[in-house]
Amino acid sequence: MEERTGTIVKVAGPLVIAEDIPGAKMYEMVYVSNKRLFGEIIEIKGNLSSIQVYEDTSGIGPGDPVFSTGMPLSVELGPGMIGSIYDGVQRPLDVLKEKYGDFIVRGSYEPALNRTKKWHFKPLVNKGDEVVQGDVLGEVQETLAITHRILVPVGISGKVKEIVKEGDYVVEDVIAKIETGNGTKEVKMYQKWPVRIGRPYLKKLPPVRPLITGQRVIDAFFPIAKGGTACVPGPFGSGKTVIQHQLSKWSDADIIIFIGCGERGNEMTDVLTEFPELKDPRSGRPLMERTILIANTSNMPVAAREASVFTGITMGEYFRDMGYSVALMADSTSRWAEAMREMSGRLEEMPGEEGYPAYLASRISSFYERAGRVIVLGSKEKEATLSVIGAVSPPGGDLSDPVVQATLRTVRVFWSLDAQLAYARHFPSIHWLRSYSLYADSLADFYRKEMGEDWIDMRKEAMRILRREAELQEMVRLVGIDALSSSDRLTMEIARSIREDFLQQNAFMEEDTFTSLKKQYRMMKLIHLFYEYAKEALEKGVDLDKIVELPVRVDISRAKLIPEDNLEKFDEIEKKMQEEFDSLIKEVQYG
Amino acid sequence: MAKEYITTRNIAGPLIVVDSVEKATYGEIVEIKTADGSIKRGQVLEVNRDRALIQVFEGTSGLNLGDTKIKFLGRGVEIGLAPSILGRIFDGFGNPIDGNPPVIPEKKSDINGVPMNPYARNYPSEFIQTGISAIDGLNTLVRGQKLPIFSGSGLPHAQIAAQIARQAKVRGEGEKFAVVFAAMGVTFEEANYFINDFKETGALERSVMFINLGDDPVIERIATPRFALTTAEYLAFDLDMHVLVILTDMTNYCEALREISAARKEVPGRRGYPGYMYTDLATMYERAGRIKGKKGSITQIPILTMPEDDKTHPIPDLTGYITEGQIFLSRNLHQQAIYPPIDVLPSLSRLKDKGIGKGKTREDHSDVLNQLFAAYARGREARELATVLGESALTKTDLIFVKFADRFEQEFVKQDPYEDRSIEETLDIGWKLLSMIPVGELKRIRPAFIEKYLKKYLKQEEEANASQR
Repeated sequence: MEERTGTIVKVAGPLVIAEDIPGAKMYEMVYVSNKRLFGEIIEIKGNLSSIQVYEDTSGIGPGDPVFSTGMPLSVELGPGMIGSIYDGVQRPLDVLKEKYGDFIVRGSYEPALNRTKKWHFKPLVNKGDEVVQGDVLGEVQETLAITHRILVPVGISGKVKEIVKEGDYVVEDVIAKIETGNGTKEVKMYQKWPVRIGRPYLKKLPPVRPLITGQRVIDAFFPIAKGGTACVPGPFGSGKTVIQHQLSKWSDADIIIFIGCGERGNEMTDVLTEFPELKDPRSGRPLMERTILIANTSNMPVAAREASVFTGITMGEYFRDMGYSVALMADSTSRWAEAMREMSGRLEEMPGEEGYPAYLASRISSFYERAGRVIVLGSKEKEATLSVIGAVSPPGGDLSDPVVQATLRTVRVFWSLDAQLAYARHFPSIHWLRSYSLYADSLADFYRKEMGEDWIDMRKEAMRILRREAELQEMVRLVGIDALSSSDRLTMEIARSIREDFLQQNAFMEEDTFTSLKKQYRMMKLIHLFYEYAKEALEKGVDLDKIVELPVRVDISRAKLIPEDNLEKFDEIEKKMQEEFDSLIKEVQYG
Repeated sequence: MAKEYITTRNIAGPLIVVDSVEKATYGEIVEIKTADGSIKRGQVLEVNRDRALIQVFEGTSGLNLGDTKIKFLGRGVEIGLAPSILGRIFDGFGNPIDGNPPVIPEKKSDINGVPMNPYARNYPSEFIQTGISAIDGLNTLVRGQKLPIFSGSGLPHAQIAAQIARQAKVRGEGEKFAVVFAAMGVTFEEANYFINDFKETGALERSVMFINLGDDPVIERIATPRFALTTAEYLAFDLDMHVLVILTDMTNYCEALREISAARKEVPGRRGYPGYMYTDLATMYERAGRIKGKKGSITQIPILTMPEDDKTHPIPDLTGYITEGQIFLSRNLHQQAIYPPIDVLPSLSRLKDKGIGKGKTREDHSDVLNQLFAAYARGREARELATVLGESALTKTDLIFVKFADRFEQEFVKQDPYEDRSIEETLDIGWKLLSMIPVGELKRIRPAFIEKYLKKYLKQEEEANASQR
């Protein structure tokens, strides 16, 4: 087929304006110049089309051709995505390296899915079966951890006319033919989907289960639900990326999609080198077997950065449609918003706040709204979730930044990172008084059942102590520590213990990087018990300094290092604690 | 032969607009011949049908509308590279200023470079010993990292950068090592300080310098760091060298960027800096790194002076979001005559965790580092409290931490500009200081290490106490 062409009239950085592209459509994908740079039409005025180009436009000038494709910007969905690393427009970076070398050459192109790799397909329907969109036709064991279900594409329903036998096929092979009211449709192992349109589902439901992350401050105080949304704003150096990495490592989701959006190249390398070696604590398989990476680092073309979050979330929806729970991390959405701002500026649109386009807030909320717990398409009622966690990098850590504010209006969990905590190397530096989770109540039932009836009360008590500590600190600042009563000083000691012995967690220490709910409960219980004993001892006249110096406090502070398979150790500490308090009280009573 | 255009229509600041151009392309370089015959260079910033917007590197003084001749060269800005580039000094636009003829190129490269494929990167994990305790011990630098120095006017960032260039080494290796130095808008004295220091220590023959002084054309500054980084890429990935790139001063660079943006009448972002400054800085900083299967590496130390020592200013702020940590200089420490005045609390090296520990530095490094940070933070907090309420308001333990913080600054941070401490010396000073603190408070250190490393200092302390009595 002869490609239809238009002609470039203007080039300004990543924005190219071309005239007379026949049949130009909004968000249509085009190739710019004979170098065939990838671009997308983002504005049409008369016979002029504005194109955002996903690659560097040096050397392009007026008169060069533009080739239209008639297709919107789409991603390929099928076996072979897991464990891959893509750029913002789904070019496979590992294949590009093999073919083009260590640097990303302009105009390089490779299909996202390997066309020659054979996958072992097992059909799950028979000839003559009635199927609807979203039904499972068969499956491919993509990795040991993930079974890739081949679905009837959206918009197709009818009778299975042909289905291939179990065997090895490439993604381009037709594996089924379905007779619909509208003629016979061929189904391949992969499908294409336009990234800017959310994939449909049957029904959205409110989230009811937490996404368990193994991070104590999150699981215990500010949980995110499966199908929920969260944001992590913080100044640089406050540990946003480490939190995102920790969540992608330890969350109990089936599939993790990690979008490095305008961030550092070395961080992606870190994930690439570390994940194949780390084991999922649940399946025991390497983490890479459930992870997809999208890397559009800060030095890669800015327009592709704008597309990267949509590329990622479309992949997430596809796995959700198979019935999986998917968690998507976007680091950082500020860079995505800046890419929007840059394109908007070049289009000479009227700027809104801080130069961001006026549609900033609506774009952000339409992105987060693609998360959720849903009943997916298909004849069998199947539930699945897509959770979205976005990092935000406000300038100077200032939360009045438009991107932070627009995000806070749409997400339900807010993990506020604090520079002062980070300086004191208190990690994760999630500030306990400023953060919130709107899921805490709806998840309470789950926690009561899984962790114990007294968990919710213990958690509330701990939060109360932390709040009280902030008030007391104000007082200490005015009048000094001596002015406090013994019981207030005890509260401050306990608060310190909650902060240092529970909230602080070292991501780089093997024993501490992940904590099961059970161990979290035991750790909290230990501090709680100590507080109860201490209050009693104080009442009986024991000197506070003696309580504070009890040897068992060292055990409490080291409790985070107790291995997951040795939780009986907690019984010993509890016993030791009781004995030490008993002897303190005896000392007072018998002189 | 390329056409010469005399159709210049507008001149404003560093920008000119040329009409009736046939076939200009974005980013291409142009040669501008002025009425008196001198030649300037410029680059196409935007091309709209037959009209090209050109940014002139050497400034537009002397240009007029009638006699200016413009020639489009059909390529981007390039630099000629060859091994003989080592030891040379250039101006900010790549012309030699050391009196020697230009380098005969073996290869020409576009100074904008191309982004490194993240998949091809090798994660930086080799410890670089700088001999400075505050860096080696607490904010460890590794090969392939970009670690800026956040400074302020009047602080000794140049001395620190020079000390790093002088002392930096990967232990146990005699590998090829080079320094690429780019000065943007600095004073003659500052540039001269580096040149002399490099000469004295014999570092000059393994260095390449690009110097754009304060009175050189502002627009040239946009190109200077790119010349330096393209040279660094050549040395690292073609010649297998380990390259340390020092860029000073990034604040001047960003100001040049703002100047052009204003001349183009773009919608300004925060404080008048263009909205794309993050991306622009990233295309330079991200050129640090290592590549799988290649021997060489590029380590970057950009220096920037924070206006009013404010780290939320857009320049340090955007830099901090791109680089892998920062070394923070403190005016307060400098006033107390502590050199290097590195404030370790807001300083950070994001890549340290993979570069330290057994086989790299020492097994106890990570624990000591965490404990020193925590103890110093607590000591500082208590010290602030004491200045308000007096020392009597502190608990006994807090008093110990205050004393710790003082000694930490005097003994750990402070050192001589020519003192090259090994990592063992650095860690041992750390242990010695930690021995002041009750063992029960050393929560961040594994008990086995306390046993192994702390014991001897505890004994010394006891003996000292005994002799006092």
